[in-house]
Amino acid sequence: MMTLPWLDLPLVWATLIAFAVLAYVVLDGFDLGCGILFAVEHEAHDRDVMVNTIAPVWDGNETWLILGGGGLFAVFPLAYAVIMPALYPAIIGMLLALVFRGVAFEFRFRAQSQAGRATWDFAFFGGSAVAALCQGLTLGGILQGVHVVGRAYAGGWWDWLTPFTVLCGVAVVVGYALLGACWLIWRTEGPLQHRCRRHARNLGVGTLAAILAVSVWTPFLNASFAHRWFGWPGIVLTSPVPVLVALLAFGLWIGLKREHHLTPLLCALGSFVLCFVGLGISLFPHIVPPAITIWDAAAPPASQAFLLVGAIVLVPIILVYTGYAYWVFRGKVQPDAGYH
Amino acid sequence: MSGIDAVFLARAQFAFTIGFHIVLPAFSIGLASYLMVLEGLWLRTGRHVYQDLFQYWVKAFALVFAMGVVSGLVMSYEFGTNWSAFADKAGPVIGPLMGYEVLTAFFLEAGFLGIMLFGLRKVGPALHFTATCVVAVGTLISAFWILSVNSWMQTPQGYSIAADGRFMPADWAAIIFNPSFFVRLPHMVLAAYLSVAFFVGAVGAWHLLRDQKNEAARTMFSMAMWMAVLVAPVQIVLGDFHGLNTLHHQPAKVAALEGDWETSNAAPLILFGWPDMKNERTDYELAIPHLGSLILTHEWNGEVKGLKDFAPADRPYAPVVFWAFRVMVGLGFLMAAVGVAGLVLRRDGALYRTVWLQRIMVAMAPAGFIALLSGWVVTEVGRQPFTIYGVLRTADSVSPIGLPGVATSLAAFAVVYLIVYGAGFSYLFALTRRPPLPGERGPTPELPTRAAGIAPGPAMSTAPGAASASGARA
Repeated sequence: MMTLPWLDLPLVWATLIAFAVLAYVVLDGFDLGCGILFAVEHEAHDRDVMVNTIAPVWDGNETWLILGGGGLFAVFPLAYAVIMPALYPAIIGMLLALVFRGVAFEFRFRAQSQAGRATWDFAFFGGSAVAALCQGLTLGGILQGVHVVGRAYAGGWWDWLTPFTVLCGVAVVVGYALLGACWLIWRTEGPLQHRCRRHARNLGVGTLAAILAVSVWTPFLNASFAHRWFGWPGIVLTSPVPVLVALLAFGLWIGLKREHHLTPLLCALGSFVLCFVGLGISLFPHIVPPAITIWDAAAPPASQAFLLVGAIVLVPIILVYTGYAYWVFRGKVQPDAGYH
Repeated sequence: MSGIDAVFLARAQFAFTIGFHIVLPAFSIGLASYLMVLEGLWLRTGRHVYQDLFQYWVKAFALVFAMGVVSGLVMSYEFGTNWSAFADKAGPVIGPLMGYEVLTAFFLEAGFLGIMLFGLRKVGPALHFTATCVVAVGTLISAFWILSVNSWMQTPQGYSIAADGRFMPADWAAIIFNPSFFVRLPHMVLAAYLSVAFFVGAVGAWHLLRDQKNEAARTMFSMAMWMAVLVAPVQIVLGDFHGLNTLHHQPAKVAALEGDWETSNAAPLILFGWPDMKNERTDYELAIPHLGSLILTHEWNGEVKGLKDFAPADRPYAPVVFWAFRVMVGLGFLMAAVGVAGLVLRRDGALYRTVWLQRIMVAMAPAGFIALLSGWVVTEVGRQPFTIYGVLRTADSVSPIGLPGVATSLAAFAVVYLIVYGAGFSYLFALTRRPPLPGERGPTPELPTRAAGIAPGPAMSTAPGAASASGARA
């Protein structure tokens, strides 16, 4: 069918899947972060406001995760078939956590008793935190490499659980919490907004430390990572990344200090994008290091081309109406006086 | 033996998670279309009862949709976690179809759901109705793709098999519009409509039994009874087509659901019995001669294959298929009968006064869903021992995950689902136990935001109910 010899389909799809995962991290990151911040925001009323800022959009945010997983299945089935068993407990843990968290949106408003409400508030916090942790573990597990024989995972149960993956897990929890705090600075006002500035300052320091730790550790995992980062000509591409992260950290600090509303969120999102670019540089062209490249894992051209046509037409449309949904619910979320 | 046990547990886990899941999207498909009709009627007639019913059911929709999203998320990863060999081999064919489901349906539903639930005051009735329609259409698009995938696994075509065992797509039109898709899709969509119709009808009947004058209860009961009498017979006819289709493509499944062991030109219709897999016979059978041939082939002496025509290793486990089929068909005819009773009573003007009918309707609240699940069991257990019918065996589809891993995750899913969906359904019942009232409020949380830029224009302030929709939350 429409196979074009000049078009490197696996490369195009790797970019698209990376975009879907990035969109997920950027969008669901602040969303999960709001849940994680339930740990320090106990007041029922503030919690309602926090949930109300994300209630109309969380489902759309999570759809990018389905696109990431579903897309991997569709265009890189081998990677999907290796990663899922290799990270089995982390993936199952993430899914169960997202189940709890997803229903908690509705259930916490439906619960008739105080105890019921407290239960679903805890589910919202726990689900968000565990989902973030498991995503970090998954990321770390892929980065550190997966043992593959033939076309299947050949490692053990707990291969994925190492100090490095735990670090990645904690880093994602802290980073998402930072995104959540910055989101709430933008979308709320009054004492809650004020406290979120404080949270963001602490979490910003934590996130920066985590980024540093992961960045220093990563090149030691795999010789090819070090080569891509520090070898020639890779270093031309990689050297701006840490500089830009430092600039964004500075921007975040200034934004918090001068009590800007949107600057902290943009800076925090910017550093996530940069980290993501950094990961891309480390991994490329592997999709499951050290053995499987994007070309090894690719579905046949007929499959990739068929879905690409749809993606090219539909993804821009999706971005437009997703933007519209955000625009409809823009502005500060007011404390709801009518709530009882 | 341990290999077989891990396969069985992986199957049990898939059956369990999809059994929970399938009810929820079916609920969403039916309820979204119902809400679209209610809002359309409200905007067209301006009658408040339709707005009240919309607000009443949209709360249930929000609840059911949230549960369906997360159980669906589990499904989208379970192919990889428990069925990675299947994912690797079949991915090139079914992966893109599921990719299209995400791109054309999931984003659409998710993008407009927020506006549908919380946005009436912000966007006005016309755009809000558009959002409701988009969500309803999104649920149907989703059904289109996922049933195409399922149908392809039942009646695969349009592919070739590569040297490494992967299924390579050759003709996408043939893959998507495979032979069983055309009967399976409408059968499933109507099943979703009927399930919701009977649930809505039961809720209406429940409230009529308490207050015969409740206008919203009368309206929903009446609408449900129309659905029952119009849709249930069509569903039975579609079921017949589905049976003919299955007989052509998957005769072993039909032999199992009929409990037939011998190939015959005068196949009986076995009403009841117990298929005995070991001794290759159906015990305690109560049968009507020739009727099986007549129903399945529409000929008095049509040939119907028996299970003995298939190697023992290729036979589905007949007792489950046999009984699930009888539950589905029995409930289908019962639903049609109740629909006809409603029609007769309606002519006599006694629809809202007839207590026995309302009691039956309350009892039949889960009838549609039970029939739907039974149908699912028939089609899925009936295609065993294959995941891709006749080509890829279930035993060759599983992940290299050992017994303890699958057992642990199955236990975790069972515990979590029972807690989460137990709570969810109890909240659903709490919502529907409350009668629908005039001035019914919308779903929580309402979202008062300061910068809501759209001033209520003339269209909005005169639209029926726009003002009452902006009230405090329930």
